[in-house]
Amino acid sequence: MTSELDIFVGNTTLIDEDVYRLWLDGYSVNDAVALRVRSGILEQTGATAGVLQSDTMDHYRTFHMLERLLHAPPKLLHQLIFQIPPSRQALLIERYYTFDEAFVREVLGKKLSKGTKKDLDDISTKTGITLKSCRRQFDNFKRVFKVVEEMRGSLVDNIQQHFLLSDRLARDYAAIVFFANNRFETGKKKLQYLSFGDFAFCAELMIQNWTLGAVGEAPTDPDSQMDDMDVDLDKEFLQDLKELKVLVADKDLLDLHKSLVCTVLRGKLSVFSEMETNFKNLSRGLVNVAAKLTHNKDVRDLFVDLVEKFVEPCRSDHWPLSDVRLFLTQYSVSVHSLDGFRHQVLWDRYMGTLRGCLLRLYHD
Amino acid sequence: MPGKLKVKIVAGRHLPVMDRASDLTDAFVEVKFGNTTFKTDVYLKSLNPQWNSEWFKFEVDDEDLQDEPLQITVLDHDTYSANDAIGKVYIDIDPLLYSEAATVISGWFPIYDTIHGIRGEINVVVKVDLFNDLNRFRQSSCGVKFFCTTSIPKCYRAVVIHGFVEELVVNEDPEYQWIDRIRTPRASNEARQRLISLMSGTGSGSAGKEGGPLKALLRQQTQSALEQRGGSPHRFCRRREFPFLTLTAFPPGLLVHVGGVVSARSVKLLDRIHNPAFVGIMGNTRSYKLLDWNSFNSDEPETRDAWWAEIRQEIKSHAKALGCHAVVGYSESTSICEEVCILSASGTAAVLNPRFLQEGTVEGSLEQRIEENLPVGCGFCHIPYDELNMPFPAHLTYCYNCRKQKVPDVLFTTIDLPTDAVVVGKGCLIQARLCRLKKKAQAEANATAISNLLPFMEYEVHTQLMNKLKLKGMNALFGLRIQITVGENMLMGLASATGVYLAALPTPGGIQIAGKTPNDGSYEQHISHMQKKINDTIAKNKELYEINPPEVSEEIIGSPIPEPRQRSRLLRSQSESSDEVTELDLSHGKKDAFVLEIDDADAMEDVHSLLTDVPPPSGFYSCNTEIMPGINNWTSEIQMFTSVRVVRLSSLNLTNQALNKNFNGLCENLLKSLYFKLRSMTPCCLCHVNFTVSLPEDELIQVTVTAVAITFDKNQALQTTKAHAEKSLQRASADNEEMLQFPLELCSDSLPSHAFPAAKEHLESASSNSGTPAAQRATSVDYSSFADRCSSWIELIKLKAQTIRRGSIKTTVTVEKASPMGDGNFRNRSAPPCASSTVGVVKMTPLSFIPGAKITKYLGIINMFFIRETTSLREEGGVSGFLHAFIAEVFAMVRAHVAALGGNAVVSYIMKQCVFMENPSKNQAQCLINVSGDAVVFVRESDLEVMSAQQPAVNCQPSCTGEVTT
Repeated sequence: MTSELDIFVGNTTLIDEDVYRLWLDGYSVNDAVALRVRSGILEQTGATAGVLQSDTMDHYRTFHMLERLLHAPPKLLHQLIFQIPPSRQALLIERYYTFDEAFVREVLGKKLSKGTKKDLDDISTKTGITLKSCRRQFDNFKRVFKVVEEMRGSLVDNIQQHFLLSDRLARDYAAIVFFANNRFETGKKKLQYLSFGDFAFCAELMIQNWTLGAVGEAPTDPDSQMDDMDVDLDKEFLQDLKELKVLVADKDLLDLHKSLVCTVLRGKLSVFSEMETNFKNLSRGLVNVAAKLTHNKDVRDLFVDLVEKFVEPCRSDHWPLSDVRLFLTQYSVSVHSLDGFRHQVLWDRYMGTLRGCLLRLYHD
Repeated sequence: MPGKLKVKIVAGRHLPVMDRASDLTDAFVEVKFGNTTFKTDVYLKSLNPQWNSEWFKFEVDDEDLQDEPLQITVLDHDTYSANDAIGKVYIDIDPLLYSEAATVISGWFPIYDTIHGIRGEINVVVKVDLFNDLNRFRQSSCGVKFFCTTSIPKCYRAVVIHGFVEELVVNEDPEYQWIDRIRTPRASNEARQRLISLMSGTGSGSAGKEGGPLKALLRQQTQSALEQRGGSPHRFCRRREFPFLTLTAFPPGLLVHVGGVVSARSVKLLDRIHNPAFVGIMGNTRSYKLLDWNSFNSDEPETRDAWWAEIRQEIKSHAKALGCHAVVGYSESTSICEEVCILSASGTAAVLNPRFLQEGTVEGSLEQRIEENLPVGCGFCHIPYDELNMPFPAHLTYCYNCRKQKVPDVLFTTIDLPTDAVVVGKGCLIQARLCRLKKKAQAEANATAISNLLPFMEYEVHTQLMNKLKLKGMNALFGLRIQITVGENMLMGLASATGVYLAALPTPGGIQIAGKTPNDGSYEQHISHMQKKINDTIAKNKELYEINPPEVSEEIIGSPIPEPRQRSRLLRSQSESSDEVTELDLSHGKKDAFVLEIDDADAMEDVHSLLTDVPPPSGFYSCNTEIMPGINNWTSEIQMFTSVRVVRLSSLNLTNQALNKNFNGLCENLLKSLYFKLRSMTPCCLCHVNFTVSLPEDELIQVTVTAVAITFDKNQALQTTKAHAEKSLQRASADNEEMLQFPLELCSDSLPSHAFPAAKEHLESASSNSGTPAAQRATSVDYSSFADRCSSWIELIKLKAQTIRRGSIKTTVTVEKASPMGDGNFRNRSAPPCASSTVGVVKMTPLSFIPGAKITKYLGIINMFFIRETTSLREEGGVSGFLHAFIAEVFAMVRAHVAALGGNAVVSYIMKQCVFMENPSKNQAQCLINVSGDAVVFVRESDLEVMSAQQPAVNCQPSCTGEVTT
């Protein structure tokens, strides 16, 4: 006796969270059944393996039918075929768009193109995430990217509106879109110690301060928000950053800057002497990063440069994080006292963000 | 009463892409009613068109309004080629014809295509202006309300019971017309959908008219039944003299006594259903079996009607034999395979209170039976027949509740448990399952083979039910439904019922196993081992279902009958020669036992199968009646579902046993799956569990289950459980001891007095009783009239007609509106959902009520037919994917229609048909589904309190009281 057909349709669509997770993780029905058996569900419920198989199949079929709607979450809300309570709808969407840390670190900053998609096989082997799940996550990134890429207004808001994600997840996607658009290099060996959270934090700061949207927001009235763009860096700003070069090119200015910082920090840093010897190198590094940002290639290497020019030297001298914080604060504030320097606003826009990023990036 | 139908097409959304080049659609809409068609403008290049059309007005007669659905077709405009259809919406405008139901239909309807399924939605507004009819006595059925529910709807009160309304319509299936050879599958599917929908429309229209002038005055009525099969220009209506009621629940006081189940079956040959036309069509997925109920196109409806008349006549005589003048919980069904058709009817013989019946031609003799002060909770159990002229052998005792009247030892009925019945413990779903192989045969030979098998099946099903009932320690069955399905090479029987322990009936005895082979040590051992297993199961079940009836001491029982034990001993010795078998009082107390003889492998199988039924996991209960006896603390969470399984039997070496085992396993597994799926809802109860079996092809068995899971309050239930559990443990052990005290002597002694001791004896007694030997009957089949009758167990009755009072009763059902809640209150609440809002929740349930809520308004009946076909089965996820999506779509369309009527729930929902055909090798499948239910507005009881507090005068609203003339 073989089962030709076996279905269960409820007026309210049944969603089993555990099976949903297995489905999202890309397990086949048989693997999912095996995993469920291992979880001890048979003992808990007294069900048989056959029942479990049929139940799993049923859920997989439902999820398969829902997947089309999950690609455009507002459709899930308005469709009539599946009656699902709002809290469950939110759960379905949120889980569908949730991604694995290991996966996102592989793809972050890469072009979301066919070429990358071909590499998913390798990513799958490397991370141990099933190919199916990798595809879903990659397609999610790409779909969100395509929808919001050309859109005006706040990136996070746009993502939230079109994909109905939670605030947290929408922010993460904003970071992914931002990184994919600017193609920041994140895969170098030097950067392996950084988590997605680190990058997402930096992305948020950069979106807030360094994009076109950032300038449009503050000075003008709220109506003109329509004109802001969060995805691209403010080209004009990047051009202007060249002006900061004077801070390291002008010997007097550099010395004055150093003495200002050292005066204040003397006795407050455990690594004061190291700081004093390294000041010029560090300052040169930070200012040069800014000056190079006019070239796309250097924009991509932003994080590599920051780690090479700042994080690594400090780390080799065993700076504690509190000292890094004190130093960076004093380093940016002291510039205000440099009489010969005219680009205070530009400096703050650059250094404010950079300081935040560096502090986040500074760990083992 | 002519009227004006007004339709406005507002907008569409989520339309499919029809133009590949632009990825957009140029959509327009055709609105058709009768022969008039209107069109909207073409809305260019949009998947969310905003037509916002003018009001399209149709001037029509009310008969058309009732008969025809409004047909809305969405098309894609093509300049150079023919316009492509996107899909259709059929809207039944019947609900707009009652003055107090919905006033407007407005909302988003899924656009449905028979090939592609749902393709977007369309927003439509429909209104009807009816011109006041000057001549009220004109034969118009406008305003007659139809209900799906089998009880009196909650906001109404029955005034008079009218009787059984039937309508039989026959029509040719368009699938088999010659034109089907040339038209597209889509056109053919749509033609069928339209015709079936039209047929059901004419059916209800003319059935309503039958009520005649009376209803024109009273404005509303419930029909007690509506029978529709197929449709043709012929209309054939008749009021039955004998009251057949399809009601299963009754207003208090209506049901006086219940006699027992009466049923009749008949095997008929359908004439010339093979049209030459469909030989050509056989190649694709369709076959002639698809539209069972109207495939007998060449028969005159009169013939068909006569067949049913015959069956009803038989039912009537059975009921008479039981001293009853009415049949309640009545239903009719057919099973067709090729040209053989089994017509079945069953119901519960009952005595009704004549005060409810109009034109009561009730004689004094009947009045005597109806005591004015019926003891509460046990009156319906008292036998309606004369105990000296028992229609069949049964054990009578004095009622355990009032001790005044006699009651039978077990009671089988097709109705719901009366609300006032006193029940001990909880009920449970009991199923008897049976398969019998049959040789493949043609026409007459086939009919004979089936006729020969039927009595055995009926008998075995009954035995199984009885055994399982005893095994559960219960004494009554409610909601009994026996379905016999015929296939090419087998017959299947599936009986479902809810077992309960009625306090008024005696405690059932255990099951005794007796072996036939003496002096065999190991065999004896085996028997005793089995016996122990059975006793353990009974004890376990009693504990599980909390069956611990109050201890009744012998003296109290004995008081009307002095020294019962001695007396029965005495009588037993006489009984061999005495005719007064009925006086034998063996059945009361725990003395009697049901004896199973294991003398062959078959019986062993039976015993084994008894023990293989696994009780539901803890936290679950199940029943096939409306409510679960013994559970009252329902909470509001409900989940209605449909589950379908098709299994393929391995065709090699099929034996009856293997078949039975397979079928049993299929049903048990299905139940297990349901329990597993719904485990998050525990504690809950599966109510109204409705199994349907069909045999779509040679080796395929299809089982469809629809039920609703309702949660209940665990805390209250737990408390009682604990208290009961302790008691029942003690009792269980006591039971066992007592049973062991009367072992073998009883089994031999009680044999002749038992109704169903063993198959052979039973048949002998049957033949001697009816005077027609069973074998003879089978051979004397009269093929010209196909009038072979199959006996049901009730047919084994000696027909003693003197028990019946003369004259039958003409009855009428009419309903007076007694809705306490004003309509106006809810108009604003049930405003059509606006375009931007998310979809409102529509509850669905096969029950007539919603737990924790009050139904404030009945909006009208929902009766929908859908056909879905695919030629890309694999791509749609195989047969399971195809049917899963289709059923989900059907639910969605039902919900959308209810929401458009302003309702928020469907009650008494039923899936009447689910015919599935597949041809995987051709990558094709087809399915036809018919669903119906009552659209209602309900208000949560908690909300209700708030509302009535805000508006204290709400109860006094004089809504429609002026119309009542009684």
